[in-house]
Amino acid sequence: MSISTQIVDDMVANGINFVTTVPCKQLGGVIDEVEARPEIYHIPSNKEDEGMGLCAGAFMGGKRPCIIMQNTAIGVTINTLVTLTQFYRMPLPMLISYRGELLEPVACQVEMAVHTKALLAQLNIPTYHFHHQDDAKELDAILKYTFMCNKPVAILTDATFWGGY
Amino acid sequence: MIRSEILKEIAPILRPHLVVCNIGLPSQEMHMIDDQPTNFYMLGTMGLASSIGLGVALAQDKTVISIDGDGSVLTNLGTLPTIANNVADNFILMIIDNGSYGSTGDQPTYAGKKTNLTDVARACGCENVVEVQDKDTGAALEAAIASKKMTILVVKCDSGNVKVPVITKDPVVIRDRFMNAIAS
Repeated sequence: MSISTQIVDDMVANGINFVTTVPCKQLGGVIDEVEARPEIYHIPSNKEDEGMGLCAGAFMGGKRPCIIMQNTAIGVTINTLVTLTQFYRMPLPMLISYRGELLEPVACQVEMAVHTKALLAQLNIPTYHFHHQDDAKELDAILKYTFMCNKPVAILTDATFWGGY
Repeated sequence: MIRSEILKEIAPILRPHLVVCNIGLPSQEMHMIDDQPTNFYMLGTMGLASSIGLGVALAQDKTVISIDGDGSVLTNLGTLPTIANNVADNFILMIIDNGSYGSTGDQPTYAGKKTNLTDVARACGCENVVEVQDKDTGAALEAAIASKKMTILVVKCDSGNVKVPVITKDPVVIRDRFMNAIAS
């Protein structure tokens, strides 16, 4: 089974049925898998804060949401995370492509990578880092934890996890 | 008419439906005029009333009306293509277009200058875009609800504000009673 299939299987098993995405090369397999699943309403966003608004609405309407995005989005979404997702206490698993880590070919991506964990820590967002494919075995528990505590939770997936670029 | 006069007039039409109220004065005015558990008040996060409303509409069957502003739609202009391409026939986006950022002191928006949000919404692919003058809002809103077609309602009105108290309700209380109203 591919790692993308395994990830989306865990999402579906945890009742996730509303997923918003912005495009990403590394997460492309997961996004294709999300699009293919009849259990999931897939709604691409133009920007990640818009996606978090959609997820907030879907959660209040009775769905279990998830956002798939790159770590650069942390810079875009701090206000939304703080004043919407956290202030109103809503769960939001964030499956994040951790650009700018080992194997990264684009220098500019490193500029955001060096701030990613510090920003997440500053925001008190529980953060998990998938470096080896075995790490994804924790996804099921992370998703259960997210919907238990009603918080945004970050799952960083780096290039080593995805097997390079 | 200014926004608060419109909201006062359409409050009885809004009452049976789910309403997502934009940040700042629109939320404060709705809270003062006709506080209902079916109202979701945004206490922050400018620009996302349309996204939150679309999310609620896609998740369940009850009619959802997002009360947005021209300035907030300009802040999150990417929302219009998303709405156009994810049709929820129980969703109405009502843009109160007074050409100004009311909550911050009525600074002019580009929607009050060259940019026409009705044309923008149509260009983004939205199929039912209706522009009305303030006094016709109630009739247009009733027609949009009855049509059971996703509608973008652009309400042209005057800028101006009335004095309203800030909302001191806890956000979790606002969210919880809104979710209970949806589930009931």
